[in-house]
Amino acid sequence: MRTIDMSTTPLRDLNAALQAQAAEQTEPTWEILNPRGSHAVAVGLDAPLAITIKGSTGYYCAGMNKQASIHVTGSVGPGVAENMMSGSVVVDGDASQYAGATGHGGLLVIKGNASSRCGISMKGIDIVVHGNIGHMSAFMAQTGNLVVLGDAGDALGDSLYEARLFVRGAVKSLGSDCIEKEMRPEHIALLADLLERAGADARPEEFRRYGSARQLYHFKIDNASAY
Amino acid sequence: MSDETTIPQTLPRQSATFSNDVNSEIRRAAATGIYDIRGGGAKRKVPHFDDLLFLGASMSRYPLEGYREKCETKVVLGTRFAKKPIELAIPITIAGMSFGSLSGPAKEALGRGATLAGTSTTTGDGGMTEEERGHSKTLVYQYLPSRYGMNPDDLRRADAIEVVVGQGAKPGGGGMLLGQKITERVAGMRNLPVGIDQRSACRHPDWTGPDDLEIKILELREITGWEKPIYVKIGGARPYYDTALAVKAGADVVVLDGMQGGTAATQDVFIEHVGQPTLACIRPAVKALQDLGMHRKVQLIISGGIRSGADVAKALALGADVVSIGTAALIALGDNHPRWENEYQKLGTTTGAYDDWHEGRDPAGITTQDSDLMARLDPIEAGRRLRNYLTVMTLECQTIARACGKSHVHNLEPEDLCALTIEAAAMAGVPLSGTNWIPGQGGF
Repeated sequence: MRTIDMSTTPLRDLNAALQAQAAEQTEPTWEILNPRGSHAVAVGLDAPLAITIKGSTGYYCAGMNKQASIHVTGSVGPGVAENMMSGSVVVDGDASQYAGATGHGGLLVIKGNASSRCGISMKGIDIVVHGNIGHMSAFMAQTGNLVVLGDAGDALGDSLYEARLFVRGAVKSLGSDCIEKEMRPEHIALLADLLERAGADARPEEFRRYGSARQLYHFKIDNASAY
Repeated sequence: MSDETTIPQTLPRQSATFSNDVNSEIRRAAATGIYDIRGGGAKRKVPHFDDLLFLGASMSRYPLEGYREKCETKVVLGTRFAKKPIELAIPITIAGMSFGSLSGPAKEALGRGATLAGTSTTTGDGGMTEEERGHSKTLVYQYLPSRYGMNPDDLRRADAIEVVVGQGAKPGGGGMLLGQKITERVAGMRNLPVGIDQRSACRHPDWTGPDDLEIKILELREITGWEKPIYVKIGGARPYYDTALAVKAGADVVVLDGMQGGTAATQDVFIEHVGQPTLACIRPAVKALQDLGMHRKVQLIISGGIRSGADVAKALALGADVVSIGTAALIALGDNHPRWENEYQKLGTTTGAYDDWHEGRDPAGITTQDSDLMARLDPIEAGRRLRNYLTVMTLECQTIARACGKSHVHNLEPEDLCALTIEAAAMAGVPLSGTNWIPGQGGF
């Protein structure tokens, strides 16, 4: 295992060393100390690394991740795992706004709560939040799965496309064109797999599923009040 | 009084307020219940580069010999932070236009033409295609609110990254691509269902405001090893402050698009009524750069209604480093060509007025995803036409610069210009022709 202490190593050197593993593939296990809220930690990786970040990070931790498994023992700032392509990111604490924004793949697990706009514009990523999520989460979410063990704030799934939303707790309100849908056996199976992979202690049957009513997919004058 | 006496009649008088154009829009709105969507930029007449003239050389200025003395056109972009700035042979680039709004052959033609001319082209709101990457020596990759097709591999394959905050046709508006053009390929690149009316967000999903943008730019630089120049594109809204904030956020290059800049599809009311004319945007943006000590250090690209080498020269004289063309490039490829007049008539329009780019029925095969229509555009021939056009514009710009005694097109300056109208003089900050009066700066 290689350890990098951010109190003595500049951000550029840290990211360059991690990014170089895409070609070098010499060290699969990394530990990052003293992130102290730094932005853009462990971004743009493209190798099957196991990385533990001991502490809390600022904006865009693990941005555009490919392949790497990144574990943050503290909390994360806005945009954790934004546009992730593959791999996994696990956050022991809470996440600020835009967690998993525009993610195309991989698994993001927030063991605490996530703030507003969690999963905004998601494009294939799976997100599991053990706690609650804030308002406008899954806004314009395109594909992928958002699982929430706690409650969801206002306007969940506003202007939703084909992403699937599963919430165990209360939903304060649904956004435009987001409706509750039937939980069929395939959704129970999907959810069971996601919960297991996210280390979540919950039964799929406790969740409700939400998805797009697909009424805003084409411009219609009758829908004008929804825009 | 005899029956033969006739009462003089007044001529039928059309209302200036309720013109035939206005009335036809009222009838269209009443019939459909939805706003009019179209492509292109503002069609209304606004003060523009035509309202400026170069003074040329005479007793107090020496011109350069047209065919003997060099007038350089090379431009370097991204010298502020990027390890690998990009070098263009000419001060004219191709603006961002999406695959989806444009056909694959059209994107290929843009890449071919730009490369032959020694300049760059730009992706759009649909990700990077092999057609354009493969045929563009220098490709700028747009980073848009939708993030359609966004991925780190394409970021690294790009030569520069353009964070799009706004565009001149619709400052404050997001993208739009109607279902007729959401084919399987387009839908696949955007992670969307086939055939839906696609709405793009107008705000970025993971940052708000210039303080956040500074951190977003840091992330993009970290992902790409600080190699790529990072542009920030803004619409012509508040050019002084928007430019200053883009610089503050860390931009290497500011792209400023005035209201004549085109779009693939937007509400007509947005195109015609939001944003400022290109001419009005340049001097405030340049002043912001000068006030920050960043003029020529952060490069300024101007777009929106550039048509000729004269327009290029005027934009540069007002302080821009480069201009960018979109609509003009499409016309060079073959858009709105008279050879398709019969087909334009069938679509209820005519050559030069065709702007229903969102419908995907473009007879020229440019703004379409219909395989039969797009086959009409030969990307090699169209690319050559674009190259020729870019070459002509560059020669025209050099001709003017030499006449003003300049050995590099960047040496053109506001003192080389005068204005034909008070409005243009005020916007461009140059004297009204025949006077020393710059409106707003005293001296009347």
